[in-house]
Amino acid sequence: MGKITNEELLKKIGDQFPDQFTVIGEPFGLLTIETTRENITAILSFLKADAVLQFIYLTDITGIHFPGAERQIGVIYHLHSLVNNVRIRLKVFLNDGDVHIPTATTIWDGANWMERETYDLFGVIFDGHPDLRRILNVDDMTAFPMRKEFPLEDPNRVDKKDYFFGR
Amino acid sequence: MQNHPVFTDNDPQSELSTLNLGPTHPATHGVFQNVLQLDGERIVSGVSTIGYIHRAFEKIAEHRPFYQITPLTDRLNYCSSPINNMGWHMTVEKLLGIETPKRVDYLRIIIMELSRITDHIICNSVLGVDTGATAGFFYMMEYREHVYEIYEEVCGSRLTTNIGRIGGFERNFNSIAFAKLRKFLKDFPAVLREFEGLLKRNRIFVDRTKDVAAVPAEVALNYSWSGPILRATGVDYDVRAMNPYCSYEDFEFEVPVGSNGDVYNRFLVRQEEMWQSLRLIEQALAKVDKEPADIFHADVPDFYLPPKEDVYNNMEALIYHFKIVMGEVPTPTTEVYHSVEGGNGELGFYLVNDGGRSPYRLHFRRPSFINYQMYAPMSRGMLLSDAIINMSSLNVIAGELDA
Repeated sequence: MGKITNEELLKKIGDQFPDQFTVIGEPFGLLTIETTRENITAILSFLKADAVLQFIYLTDITGIHFPGAERQIGVIYHLHSLVNNVRIRLKVFLNDGDVHIPTATTIWDGANWMERETYDLFGVIFDGHPDLRRILNVDDMTAFPMRKEFPLEDPNRVDKKDYFFGR
Repeated sequence: MQNHPVFTDNDPQSELSTLNLGPTHPATHGVFQNVLQLDGERIVSGVSTIGYIHRAFEKIAEHRPFYQITPLTDRLNYCSSPINNMGWHMTVEKLLGIETPKRVDYLRIIIMELSRITDHIICNSVLGVDTGATAGFFYMMEYREHVYEIYEEVCGSRLTTNIGRIGGFERNFNSIAFAKLRKFLKDFPAVLREFEGLLKRNRIFVDRTKDVAAVPAEVALNYSWSGPILRATGVDYDVRAMNPYCSYEDFEFEVPVGSNGDVYNRFLVRQEEMWQSLRLIEQALAKVDKEPADIFHADVPDFYLPPKEDVYNNMEALIYHFKIVMGEVPTPTTEVYHSVEGGNGELGFYLVNDGGRSPYRLHFRRPSFINYQMYAPMSRGMLLSDAIINMSSLNVIAGELDA
């Protein structure tokens, strides 16, 4: 099984997309890059279609929320090249209030529910998604519960204050 | 009601009928709702609704210290809780840079492979029930009980195990556990062989399962399938072999693959995986015997709770206990993705840590969730009775589906 090092991987992406992404690091050997929503579809398609890299397997799409940051909402993609046995993580951060990002369902059918889950929990709107509805929560819910401002428990309850639990 | 598809077909001549399959239906083995449009017995289209037992584990996990997240993982795939538990422990260990001793790894492999067997027992014997063979189910279930008795000796509970701790196990395996394990290894192969003989060449079973819901490998990969159902399509992707964790690289085992991804292939892959799991457990037992018998956790006092009697009698242990419980041990600020081969496929944990006592963000990559999304599209054109068999061979577990 031929394995590609992160340097080679980075060079290949860099040759194709100069200055269109930044490297965040390699936590635990997993190359992590950040890009913008304008470039994400092109980069994902390239990673999947490239004859050497062959990132044909979409492991996961999920979101993250950093309140107070300039771009609060993050969308995180994990891809896996089964042939080379190497993974890559891509991140796109979006401004709150303009949480639009192109869908990945045009590249992988499996992205459908992953994006619906991310929409349901974080409110990220995947433009071009064929069926962007809530998936885990009820349809008439108005909040996006995985955002940090959404309290885990009813804030009006008096019997479950954090200080009772040392939190 | 928006969740329900509105069929605007008011033509009385139309022969399409709408069927609510689920959310509670004896044939679906869990809380799954599929609104199907049927032409006679053939499915024209379907819409899956999930989320009936969504418990917001990812949100809860942001408010719990690492060691209190283990019970949440129990309730993902509750047919093989120990794999989830240990996958989570290994994620935290990776984050904290904890090296576990070899004996801990081998004991973990024993438990994880036992739970893989229980997971596949459920799926395959229920597949037998759905095709009309109830006897195999009762026969196999007895041996799931015997596995649960081994869990009881190791952790005290049976279904939602909360087995192990960050760094190893909460207690050592006792002699009863080993005796029960050896007895299981002695008795189970004959039972498995007999069960296999009941279905593998059974005309009724083969007719019901062969070429039903066949999936090409490209489609399965495009839908991010993983686990036995992906391997049944002929793709040899197994996390244990591709990215070995927990010393799986020390073991010899084979990754069985199927050819056309139909229900029969999935059955055969799961059967063979049970044989391979038995092989792994045998090897692990032999390796455990060569390791020092008193080691059952890594030496990480910052994260592994000391024994209670030490907490009461020993100042250092008391300090560590206090620091762990009050969450005063710094943790690295980074992110980690770790995946294990669960009963249904790649079970991944994506953990973003900000240095505190609980995750900043924890995401479970749940194989059932990702595998199940193809169910409605693939049911198109299928007979209703085949769709039922297809669902049981996907082995979607509601807890893992909805998290």
